[in-house]
Amino acid sequence: MSIKNAVEIQNLSKSFKTGLKKRFQALNNLSLTIKENEIFGYLGANGTGKTTTFKLMLGLIFPDTGDIKFWGVSFQDVKTRANIGYLPENPYFYSYLTGQESLNFTASMFDMKSNIKKERINEMLDLVNLQHAKDIQLRKYSRGMLQRLGIAQALVHDPKLLILDEPMSGLDPMGRKDMRNIILSCKDQGKTVLFSSHIISDVEMICDRASILSNGVLKKIITVDDIMDRDSNGWEITFKGNADTIESINSKNENFILKQLSAKDIFLLKAIDKKIAFEILNIIQKQGAELLSFVPLRISLEEIYIATTLKKDQ
Amino acid sequence: MGKIFSIAQNTFRETIRDRVFYSLLFFALILIALSMILGNLTLTKPIKIIHDFGLGSISIAGTLIAIFVGIGMLYKEMDKRTIYTILSKPIHRWQFLIGKYLGLGLTISVEVVVMSLIVFLLSFYYVPEIPLKLFFAIVPIFFELMLILAFSFLFSSFSSSFLSGMFTLSIFVIGHFTSDLKMLAQGTDNVIFQKLSIFLFYFLPNLEALNFKPEVVHNLAISYEKLFFSIIYAISYTIVVLLIAIFIFNRRDIK
Ligand SMILES: Nc1ncnc2c1ncn2[C@@H]1O[C@H](COP(=O)(O)OP(=O)(O)OP(=O)(O)O)[C@@H](O)[C@H]1O
Ligand SMILES: [Mg+2]
Repeated sequence: MSIKNAVEIQNLSKSFKTGLKKRFQALNNLSLTIKENEIFGYLGANGTGKTTTFKLMLGLIFPDTGDIKFWGVSFQDVKTRANIGYLPENPYFYSYLTGQESLNFTASMFDMKSNIKKERINEMLDLVNLQHAKDIQLRKYSRGMLQRLGIAQALVHDPKLLILDEPMSGLDPMGRKDMRNIILSCKDQGKTVLFSSHIISDVEMICDRASILSNGVLKKIITVDDIMDRDSNGWEITFKGNADTIESINSKNENFILKQLSAKDIFLLKAIDKKIAFEILNIIQKQGAELLSFVPLRISLEEIYIATTLKKDQ
Repeated sequence: MGKIFSIAQNTFRETIRDRVFYSLLFFALILIALSMILGNLTLTKPIKIIHDFGLGSISIAGTLIAIFVGIGMLYKEMDKRTIYTILSKPIHRWQFLIGKYLGLGLTISVEVVVMSLIVFLLSFYYVPEIPLKLFFAIVPIFFELMLILAFSFLFSSFSSSFLSGMFTLSIFVIGHFTSDLKMLAQGTDNVIFQKLSIFLFYFLPNLEALNFKPEVVHNLAISYEKLFFSIIYAISYTIVVLLIAIFIFNRRDIK
């Protein structure tokens, strides 16, 4: 089976009126495809157009030029939204409704049978841990509780695509972990997830791919597994050894750096080449020295992010 | 249809749980109490004052409510950003707008029914018979309120809440004077004034056509034909105004 595209964004541009004759270009000729069943991290500094992109996808605002397609159907068709679950940035709901009423109202915007609706709402309350607060009016919810409700309303109709605008914001560490698990379990269920975030470690942890947006321009698309695999920055070995070990290693006379750390018998070795790193590992083990650590030195997504964002626009 | 109904139901629920609803009802009560005092003070038959003032209260309090909730609906949705979660669902914007309109229409109906009941009770207190004739004034007032509500939707689909309120209030005021203005203009030599009054007369709603208060209060004969066509006029006008509101709202960025 070939991989289908869940989302195809083509040459999307959007400007906002900011004065009588002035316009601000929020998005500039953005093209991006998101494959079915991938988790895609949409990164970018504040005010670079992430929320704008999402609002365009949901038809809340209209593009100057360009098109967005979901499984081949243009965003202009409201039916596309039956397959999308959207969590707005800092979601707000009718404060006079209780949690359960609010989910019920959301569900009534989809064609769901009433018994299925009830069941789903109950499942969602469990999923986001709000069962205890379901009869409380939302005006009494905390910021994090609203964020949880936001995820519940985005998932209530079992959508194929999730678009989450900063899903981690407002959540405590436990809540963030829950959110990561929810996103991962959505992938297991075959769903596609697109989310924006400022927390790069979250993106690194769960995304298949990520993109970096800067001032309305898409700068880079990164396959997260690639940067995890890459050993271009070399390998780092620490071990506890004696003079014999050092001698055998030095006899190899290859391209590496060996340093003695402050604790007398502990050594740090950096090798650029993967093959050499493994040969040395072999020697250490043969000599019966104690291996303390063996790690690839990789570039983190954060480094890529900062490098890309700092680069001045041409 | 189910989606429109859900939005309407939810909108109605909001106004019922909102304090504004009760404060406006309170305002109507004060107006009616005032009519009682006046009724006792004047030398003419108090029942006429009760009817006149009662119907006037229903009309004015109803108009204020219509403008208030009509302007408030889009403004609040945008300001509190609740609109994002709704319009990102598979519903058309016209469904959202019509649902809102029906919900607020229901709110206004409830207000009109409650206020009418109060006037009926007052009237019964003075003359122990049910003043059914009041219906001939209340029903057209209700359709006028629905039209005002539609105008408040139209204006708030493109302008700020303050301006929308001003515009809608102007429609109410001018709408009651268009025919007077036209007559006044015909008596002058000012061409611009004449043209303007004719423009207003033909393009703005003639709300006086829905005013059956004098006939009802003074027991004059009521032309059923006129009543019927006035109501048809109000409904058609309302539909056109709502269609324009939908046309504008469909193209608007939700920011
Ligand atoms: N309605 C609007 N009118 C004018 N400018 C706007 C409007 N909406 C957004 N912008 C501008 O467009 C740019 C992108 O905004 P957007 O909300 O998409 O940023 P973002 O990437 O989501 O930022 P954040 O990380 O802070 O949420 C910003 O510079 C913002 O000022
Ligand atoms: Mg944003």
